Amino acid sequence: MSVADSLPATGLPIGVPAALAPRRFGTRFFRSELWLIFGRRRNWAGGLVLASVPIILAIAVKVSEPQPGDGPDFISQITGNGLFVALAALVLELPLFLPLAVGAIAGDAVAGEANLGTLRYLLAVPVHRTRLLLVKFGAITVFAFTAVALVAVVGSVIGLVLFGGGPLTTLSGSQLPFAEGLWRLLLVCLYMTACLAALGAIGMFVSTLTEQPIGATIAIVMLAIVSQILDSIPQLSAIHEYLPTHYWLAFGDLLRDPIATGQIGNGLGLAWTYTVVFLAAAWARFASRDVSS
Amino acid sequence: MTPDGPAIETEGLTKRFRSGQVAVNAIDLAVPRGSVYGFLGPNGSGKTTTIRLLLGLIRPTAGRHTILGARLPEGAGTALPRVGSLVEGPAFHPYLSGRANLHRLDAADRTVDPRTATARIDAALDRVGLLAAAGKRYRAYSLGMRQRLAIAQTLLRPRELLILDEPTNGLDPQGTREVRGLLGALAAAGTTVLLSTHLLSEVEQICTHVGVMHLGRLVAQDSLAALRARTAPRIEVQTRQPAAAAGVLTALGLADVVAGTQTATALAGDVEPEKVVAALVAEAVPVRGFAVVAADLEETFVSLTGEGFDVSG
Ligand SMILES: Nc1ncnc2c1ncn2[C@@H]1O[C@H](COP(=O)(O)OP(=O)(O)OP(=O)(O)O)[C@@H](O)[C@H]1O
Ligand SMILES: [Mg+2]
Repeated sequence: MSVADSLPATGLPIGVPAALAPRRFGTRFFRSELWLIFGRRRNWAGGLVLASVPIILAIAVKVSEPQPGDGPDFISQITGNGLFVALAALVLELPLFLPLAVGAIAGDAVAGEANLGTLRYLLAVPVHRTRLLLVKFGAITVFAFTAVALVAVVGSVIGLVLFGGGPLTTLSGSQLPFAEGLWRLLLVCLYMTACLAALGAIGMFVSTLTEQPIGATIAIVMLAIVSQILDSIPQLSAIHEYLPTHYWLAFGDLLRDPIATGQIGNGLGLAWTYTVVFLAAAWARFASRDVSS
Repeated sequence: MTPDGPAIETEGLTKRFRSGQVAVNAIDLAVPRGSVYGFLGPNGSGKTTTIRLLLGLIRPTAGRHTILGARLPEGAGTALPRVGSLVEGPAFHPYLSGRANLHRLDAADRTVDPRTATARIDAALDRVGLLAAAGKRYRAYSLGMRQRLAIAQTLLRPRELLILDEPTNGLDPQGTREVRGLLGALAAAGTTVLLSTHLLSEVEQICTHVGVMHLGRLVAQDSLAALRARTAPRIEVQTRQPAAAAGVLTALGLADVVAGTQTATALAGDVEPEKVVAALVAEAVPVRGFAVVAADLEETFVSLTGEGFDVSG
């Protein structure tokens, strides 16, 4: 330590006001949040698991070519066009792996910082509580897109290497040029991001209720699974369209010619509603909460 | 906003937890600008809870307060960037390095210039002697290194007010000394410091003002000198003949005369010390040392907060 020699440089000159006008637009905190997520080893490990699914799938299909009509739609189409590896992998990961990934990040959002005690230092900086929630939610959304895109990119690359590209046969039976096929795949990724971001908003609300990030994550994943179970019970059809996961698999409609917008529109509307409602709930809970961790 | 008003002022600030416990009970804190305010009190007396209230981390049940002239919580955005704080020990991301943790906190501050971040962070690390370990993961830091990082975090930019909850907890003797020196230097440069601590020697060395908490109440608040003056000073004579010295003191009408093995002491009372010395010399008592001793801060503290060792649940 060098008290004496560093003091003149940094000691507070009385009467000289520090520049206090907050910048209106700053992405620094948001970038720091992303870096916290993407710099964490645990999340890289999770990414590896996500990326391994399309690889295993592609190799398995290559080794034993499935009969047409065998298994889910997309898998039987893989041999025709490598892009279907990406789509089939997304279908496989949507029920559990992707919710788990988003749940881990969303559960951590507030509860993780509270658990470490870093929350009190962020708030004392000060970070306005509303800003904190918005930045956290933005980062969750970016993470959700990254997770989906990771599966799509890895699936596409290995699919194209093992099975080749070419025109894409739509679910309506027509053929789309390869570039149009890629565009449709991007739309699928964006749609899934919207669905997962809604789950992230629910997760962030759960995260404001506790100081145990793992508990929050488990609760979010359970919620996604329970929603899917309820969705599969025909006797409960009255509530199906309100379940957060109900329209998740509607992304197949993006692969029709032309795109069937009905279900997609409903899915986006429901995701939007869940996002707004649970962000508001998280705010209501967090804005006045005592931070005594 | 009154720029010359107190750095911290509270009015009937109260916190009742959901458990029903009143951890902070209608306290009127006044921390003058430029002071080093020692915030004392036994374990569980409500110091940390008060600091949380001041920073807006928890909502008061009743009362209000201003920091640097701004009412909180509304004024948090303008007041808190000028306040460096340490609340209930260090807390950082374990898998980030010390430096990365400071970058994270600096990134959250919208009022600083990002271009100077690296320079400011290195200067702060240097001031707490952590530059060499700045690249290490926080997880691998020792207790004292963590505490030093928490202090560095308060120095990321010039501050007008530092609110420090037991800043020297866990520091080695050199570290304690350095932090004390650092606080003294900052105070000399005009920074107001609120220092919660259990080290009364620390308070005697650097504090100008003292507030004492007990059972959630602020039982005393004054300048250090005034607080000391509350307990009467004593005259202390060092001599090989304590009995003779005690006799002189008694003859002068001093109260509470005590003769030890090498000393004789008594309450100073109204008698001028010069007269006591003269009387001792006149009676040929061999005097080795003579002093008027102000009351020990520890005794003052105990008299205010009681002898009991058990924390009050
Ligand atoms: N979140 C909480 N919920 C309920 N009670 C609390 C909470 N935080 C603190 N308390 C209680 O409030 C009282 C004051 O606690 P506080 O942490 O302010 O004490 P302190 O003066 O900082 O003590 P120490 O010297 O040990 O740090 C204690 O009795 C404590 O049990
Ligand atoms: Mg405390």
